[in-house]
Amino acid sequence: MANPRDVTADGQRDPAGASPLLRTEGLTRHFRIGNALSRHTLHAVDDVSITIGERQIVALAGESGSGKSTVARLLAKLYRPTGGEIYLQGKPLSAIRSRRDVLRYRGDVPMVFQDPFASINPVFRVSHGVLRGLKLHRPELSANERRAEAERVFEAVGLTPAAEVLQRFPHELSGGQRQRVGFAQALALRPKLILADEPVSMLDVSIRIGLLNLMAQLRDEQGVSILYITHDIASARYVADRLIIMYAGRIAEQGPTEELLASPRHPYTQLLLSAVPDPRAPLTVGAETDRGEPPRVIDPTPGCRFRWRCPLAIDECYQVTPELSELGPDHQAACHVAARGAEVRAFG
Amino acid sequence: MATLAPGGPGSASESGQGTIALTPGGGLMPQGGGITGARSLRRMTRAIRSNGKATVGLALLVLFCLVALFPGVIARDNPSAEIYGRTLSPSARHLLGTTAFGQDIFAQVIYGTRPVLLIALGVGLGATIVATLIGVAAAYLGGVWDGVLGLITDVLLVIPAFPLLIVIASYLHGATTGVLIAVVTLVSWSYTARQLRSQALSLRGRDFLEAARVRGERSLYIIVVEIIPTMTSLLVASFLTNALYAVLFSSSLQFIGLGDPNTVSWGTMLYWAENEEAFQTGQVLWIIVPGLCIVALGAAFALLNYAFDEIGNPALRPVRSMRGKRVNRTR
Amino acid sequence: MQPAGPVLTVHDLCVEYATEGGTVRAVDKVSFDLAPGEFLGIVGESGCGKSTLLFAVAQLLAPPAAITAGSVIFRGQSMVGLTDRQLASVRWKDLSVVMQSAMNALNPVKSIGAQFKDAMRAHGVTSKQQIAERSAEVLRMVGIDPVHLKSYPHQLSGGMRQRSMIAMALLLTPELVIMDEPTSALDVVAQRSLMVQIKELQEQLGFAMIFVTHDMSLVSHFSDRLMVMYAGLVDEFGPTRQVFDSPQHPYTIGLMEAFPSIRGPRVPLTGIPGSPPNLASPPPGCRFAPRCPKVFARCREESPELYHVNGTLVRCFLHADGGAGHG
Repeated sequence: MANPRDVTADGQRDPAGASPLLRTEGLTRHFRIGNALSRHTLHAVDDVSITIGERQIVALAGESGSGKSTVARLLAKLYRPTGGEIYLQGKPLSAIRSRRDVLRYRGDVPMVFQDPFASINPVFRVSHGVLRGLKLHRPELSANERRAEAERVFEAVGLTPAAEVLQRFPHELSGGQRQRVGFAQALALRPKLILADEPVSMLDVSIRIGLLNLMAQLRDEQGVSILYITHDIASARYVADRLIIMYAGRIAEQGPTEELLASPRHPYTQLLLSAVPDPRAPLTVGAETDRGEPPRVIDPTPGCRFRWRCPLAIDECYQVTPELSELGPDHQAACHVAARGAEVRAFG
Repeated sequence: MATLAPGGPGSASESGQGTIALTPGGGLMPQGGGITGARSLRRMTRAIRSNGKATVGLALLVLFCLVALFPGVIARDNPSAEIYGRTLSPSARHLLGTTAFGQDIFAQVIYGTRPVLLIALGVGLGATIVATLIGVAAAYLGGVWDGVLGLITDVLLVIPAFPLLIVIASYLHGATTGVLIAVVTLVSWSYTARQLRSQALSLRGRDFLEAARVRGERSLYIIVVEIIPTMTSLLVASFLTNALYAVLFSSSLQFIGLGDPNTVSWGTMLYWAENEEAFQTGQVLWIIVPGLCIVALGAAFALLNYAFDEIGNPALRPVRSMRGKRVNRTR
Repeated sequence: MQPAGPVLTVHDLCVEYATEGGTVRAVDKVSFDLAPGEFLGIVGESGCGKSTLLFAVAQLLAPPAAITAGSVIFRGQSMVGLTDRQLASVRWKDLSVVMQSAMNALNPVKSIGAQFKDAMRAHGVTSKQQIAERSAEVLRMVGIDPVHLKSYPHQLSGGMRQRSMIAMALLLTPELVIMDEPTSALDVVAQRSLMVQIKELQEQLGFAMIFVTHDMSLVSHFSDRLMVMYAGLVDEFGPTRQVFDSPQHPYTIGLMEAFPSIRGPRVPLTGIPGSPPNLASPPPGCRFAPRCPKVFARCREESPELYHVNGTLVRCFLHADGGAGHG
C-alpha cells in the first residue's frame, strides 16, 4: 500500500533509494556538567552520520553510555543538536520552526519507549493516547473515523478484539500488550520512521520474539522504517537489515547485518560478539580479561576512545581519532588498524 | 465476549499481569489513580467500606453536611433570636439550654454548621487549586518559571500563618464567611504547593510524559491532562488537610473576635461565650459543645486523610495476617 | 569441615501471600537438594516465583508473604520458624545473599570499607587488623583495587558495585551463597566478565551457590544443575548440559527457542504466545496448558507431577509413562 507521503515537496515522486528517508551528518550532542567551580563537557554523541532508507529496519546497538538513546532523542526532537544536522527526506530539521511543521515532523517520526509500565498514562484507558494522536495529527477525521482508525491500528499490532482492548486500562494489560499499544500509537500517525528505544528489553524473553516479529511485519506490510535501539545484538540480528555499533558516543562500525556479524572489523564489535552468551556455542575464553566498563566521555582528548581496552592499539590510536573508513561493500569501521587492511582478530 | 484464542499474542482473553506481579524493572503499578470510569468508583467505595478510619470519617462528614444543608429540619428555633429566658439549663424545650442572651444553643450549633463547612470546603478547594496550578507549573516548566514561582511560594511559606491571618483579618474589620475563605486560602496554599511541586518533579522524567511531548502536545495540555490526574491521591490529601486547617484557623480567628460577630458560627459562639465568661459562670455547654463540634469535624477530615493515604499507597495498609495457616516467624 | 551430606534440603516448600484477589501461591511444592560446592541455576520469567523461592530459603519473606508448608533444612538445621536472633548467627557466616541491584542494597552514605566492617563486627570479628586484611582480600578476589575501600557506592561503576556486593557476601566464607539476578543491571561485556569471576571464586572457595536469573543462556556454561520454574511450579530440573542439549518440557523448549542466535542461520522464531496465569486463580490442570503447543485433553483436567526422564525431572504428561513420583 503506497504511502501517499512519498511525494516530495515539489510534487515529484521520490524514486526509492535515490535519497534516503533519514540522514544525519556529523550529529553531535554535548552536555555541560559540573558546577560553577569545575565546568566539564560530557560528549554524549559525537560526529554521528547514519542513513536510514525506506522500508528498512536499522539497529543502533551499543552498551549503556554509548549514546544510542541520545541519538534517538535527537531524532525525536527532544534534544537540540550541539552540532551537525538531521535530514528527513532531504529537508533539514533546523529549518523546522513553526508549530505546524514541528507537528508534522512528530507525526512522521514518532517514538516507542522502553518501559511498558511507565510509558502509558495509568489514569486513562489505552485508547487515550491513540485518539489524542489522531486528533493532533489527522484533524480531518471525524470522531467516528478516529475511533475506526484506532481500531484499525490496534488490529494491525495484534491487539484483538480491538474495540474491547481499547476500553481497558493499562494495568489490565501485560507488558507485551502495552508495548504493542505503543506501536499502535505510533502507527496511527501514519509515520515514515518509528524510533523504537529498547522496546523489548524490559519484557520477558518469551514475549520479545512476538514484538520483534511485529516490527518486521510493520516494515513489510505498512511500509514503515524502524530505528531499533538496543543493547542486545542477537535481537538486532534477528530483525534488522543494517546494524550500527556505537561506542562512547561515536560510531565504531556499521554495515549490513549479516555481513557485519560474519566479519566484524572493529575490535569492539568483536568483543561484544564474543561476550554474548550463547548456550549453543562452547564457552570462548578471552573476553573475561576485559572488565567491561564503558566510559563516560568527559572532556576527551583526540584518539580512539576504545584504546584503553583494545589489545591491538598502536601509537596512532592514542593520537588521532579514527574516522569511518570503507572496508567492504557499504561496511565501514572507525579503526586505524582495520583501515590499514590488517586482519583484525582481537577477541573470540 | 472474547473467545479463548490460543496463539493470539495480544488477544483479549489474556489476563493482565498488573494486579499481583512484581515484575523486574516495572515495580508495582499504581492502582488507585483512575478518575474516570465506574470501575474506579466501585473500587473506591469498596476501599472506603473496608477501611475503618474511612468509614467513621465519612460518616461524620456526611452527618455534618446534612446538618448544614437542612438546619431548619433539625432545629426549630431561630438561632439569633434573643427571645428565650437567659442561661436556662438543658430541657426538653431547649436541648442544650440557652445563652446569656437568651438564644437557643442547640439551634446555634445546628445553624452554625453551615458557615464552618463552607469555609472548610471553600478553602480546601481554593487552596488546592491555587497550589496545583502554581506547584505543577513550576515543576514542569522548570528554569526561570520554577525560580519565580518558587520564590513566591517560599515567601508565603516562611511567614507564620496565624499571625499573618490576624493581621489581615483585623485590617478587614469583622471578616464575613467569604472574606475568611479568601484570607485563609491565601495563607494555606503555599505549603501544599511545595508538596505538589515535589510530586510533579518526580513525575517529570516519566516516559508517558515524554511520550505526550513526542506526540506533539502543548505544555499546558500536558500539565492539566496528563500530570494532574495522576496526582489525585495527593490532591485529595491536600484538599482534606487544607479543609482541616481552615476549620481550625477560621474558628480561632472568630474566637479572638476577628470574625463577624453577628454571624452564627461555632467560632463566634466561642467568642461570645468567652466574652460572657461562660465557664466561670457555669454555662459549660455553651463553650464545650461548639468546641466539640470543631474537634469532630476536624477529626472527620483527618481520618479521611489517613484513610486515603492507606487506600492510595498499599504499603501503608495494616498487614493482613494469614488466618489458619502456619506463619513464618522471621519478621 | 562439614560431613558430605547436602548443604541445603528444600522439601515441598510452599509460599503464599494474601492479595485483594485472593490467596496467591507463589511457590508450589518446590523440592531440591544442594550438595556442597554445587552451582544450581534457577531460571524463569517474571512471576514464576523464583525470587520468592529465594527469599523463602533465605528466610527473608515479609508479610503478607509467608511459608505455609514444607521445610528448608540448612546444614542439618531447620530454618523455618527460627527467630531473628537464631537466624542472625547463621546469616552471613554460613549463608549470604547477593541482591539484584547493588545500588539498592548498598548503603549510599557509607564507604565500602565501612560496610564491610559493619558486617564483620556484627559477627564477632573485632580486631581492626583482621577486618582490614580480610576486606582487602575479598576485594582483590573480585578484581577491585583495595584502595576502593574508601569509596562510596555512587563513586563506583555499576560493575564494580556488583563486585563489591559479591565481595561482601564472601567476607565470612559462607557455605552457601544465594544470588538474585546479580548481573541484570550490567551490560553484556561486564556481565560475561562477572559470571566468569563468580565461577572462578566458587571453584576456588568451594561454596555452594543458588543463582536466580531470567536469562538461561547466562548460566548455561556455569551451573551444574538447572531448574526451570513456571507459575510457581518446577517444570524441569536436571543437569544443565542435559537440559540444554535435550530439553523435555514444552515450556523449556519454547523458552530456549525464544533466544535468537547470533551464529548460525537466521530463522523465524515464534516465542511463546500468551502470558503466565493469574496465580490467584490458576487454570485447572497443567498451568502451562493454555500456551502449550503440544497440549492434549488430559492436560486441561489433571495437574501433572514430576516424572523422571533420563535423570531429569519433567512436569509434563508427555512423559508420564516414564515413571511417576518427584524427587
